[in-house]
Amino acid sequence: MFALVDCNNFYASCERVFAPALEGRPIVVLSNNDGCVIARSQEAKALGVAMGAPWFKVAARFRSRGVAVFSSHYALYGDLSRRVMQVLAGFVPEMEVYSIDECFLNLEGFRGDRLALGREMVRTVKQWTGIPVSVGLAPTKTLAKVANRLAKKGAAGTVPVLDWTQWPAPADTLAALPVEEVWGVGTRLGARLRAMGIVHARALAEADPARLRAVFGVVLERTARELSGVSCLPMEMAPPPRRQILVSRSFGRRLTRREEVEAAVTAFAARAGEKLRARRLRAGALSVFVHTSPFDGKGPAYANGATLALEPATGDSGRLVRGAQRGLERIFRPGFAYQRAGVLLADLAPEHAAQGLLFAEAPGDSARTDRLMKCLDALNRSPMHRRLRYGSEMQSDAWHMRQHHRSAASPASWRDLPRVCAR
Amino acid sequence: MRSDGPFSGPALRVRPVVLNPPPRPLRRYLCRVAAGFPSPADDHLEGPLDLNEHLVEHPAATFVVKVQGDSMAGAGIRDGDLLVVDRAREARDGSIVVAVVDGELTVKRLRKSRRGVRLEAENPAYPAIVFHEGKELVVWGVVAHAIRSY
Repeated sequence: MFALVDCNNFYASCERVFAPALEGRPIVVLSNNDGCVIARSQEAKALGVAMGAPWFKVAARFRSRGVAVFSSHYALYGDLSRRVMQVLAGFVPEMEVYSIDECFLNLEGFRGDRLALGREMVRTVKQWTGIPVSVGLAPTKTLAKVANRLAKKGAAGTVPVLDWTQWPAPADTLAALPVEEVWGVGTRLGARLRAMGIVHARALAEADPARLRAVFGVVLERTARELSGVSCLPMEMAPPPRRQILVSRSFGRRLTRREEVEAAVTAFAARAGEKLRARRLRAGALSVFVHTSPFDGKGPAYANGATLALEPATGDSGRLVRGAQRGLERIFRPGFAYQRAGVLLADLAPEHAAQGLLFAEAPGDSARTDRLMKCLDALNRSPMHRRLRYGSEMQSDAWHMRQHHRSAASPASWRDLPRVCAR
Repeated sequence: MRSDGPFSGPALRVRPVVLNPPPRPLRRYLCRVAAGFPSPADDHLEGPLDLNEHLVEHPAATFVVKVQGDSMAGAGIRDGDLLVVDRAREARDGSIVVAVVDGELTVKRLRKSRRGVRLEAENPAYPAIVFHEGKELVVWGVVAHAIRSY
């Protein structure tokens, strides 16, 4: 048995934790640079705010209807996500964090009342963290997703916990679920399934597994079997190793000056180095890319990238930053209004497996560099210190994101602690 | 980085020879000598005190918030103090709590009796808030500690 626990409208719920006046009010959260709507509270959904809507187009219409708008505030969401997962981890021996706002729990061997357990999870997470969650219980992960969805829609009553094995009409429910909404299917695969006459989850569950495997591969075959109640996806305790690390952002405004873009690329390379070391990997190649906006219309367009081999493979942010700058030197052209840049690390290998070059004079990262990087990461992790950066990042902060509506309170920052009044 | 800082330990062993070394504090040499002998305290080390152990009983449920205002001065809570709020603790009669009052997080003393539930300030300038039947009191969390910096 699996439980899928999913936070309800997570980003919007996070914004309410320290601002209870927002309870019952419609809330939207915007993407980086305050571009599009990426999260909505239930009330905002009811008003008809569309997911992905460009905010500048719809702001006037919804502001007048009392919609509260927020820039995305990942420090806040990350802190509350960690707390939710920590509370849930206390209920079961095995848990898989699937995304920032959902996790699977393994209920194998649990002999008690599952619904009671689910209700206790909902109650505890809400009281301890302020975040509302829904729980779907089922014999497979894919069905737990379906059960969670039903619970969230209120099918189980006021407490959003639903046990698929006690659900009265499972076949009808699956027949009412469009195939592309099944976990792991999506629009593109859904269109191909529809062409074969498989339009809903029930048809997928009843399709011939051998044929599904022949046409679509083993992944979809597993999904179909899971829908019919056969568990094929075990708990994955560790996410699969990454093949690439990408750090890329749209700039807060268009950039034309070289040092502005260089500052951004430096920050991205240093951040990519942090991610690399956190996963105990080394990179053998680095790409840097820049481009103008495809939507600007006016002005000349330009996009280019450069890739460098890193020999030997490295986890040294200093080398990554220098590599990114050398790459940028090759591709930067004056006279364009740049909208975005990125740094991609590839050819990743575990740090202990990274080989020194047999005939190379340059050795791999020295013990001294390793220590320097450990020290750098430790300081940047510590909330007591300000971020330690590479000098070329400090040339300009023009690339920083536009975040005009960010909530003030953050439980993870001494400077922005939530306020309580004593009045 | 200064070499006598907290990261100096392992680096000392691989330090290259410097001609005409600058004057160094005596402490450095004492430190080197000590490294060669087992310390009699080695078996009794418990590491530095961790304030989290003292202040945080339920990490997932504990939040630090900042006080604005003087209505709890009588309880020793002043403007600018930090409060360690434990949302996993049960609010009892007499607990100092963070509650939702008019949509705002507000710190008060909780009073429960047969006559009903009240939120009291600890400053005569602020009246108590009485919760009659039908009016819901939302307790956000229980104040476990107050921290003041001088």
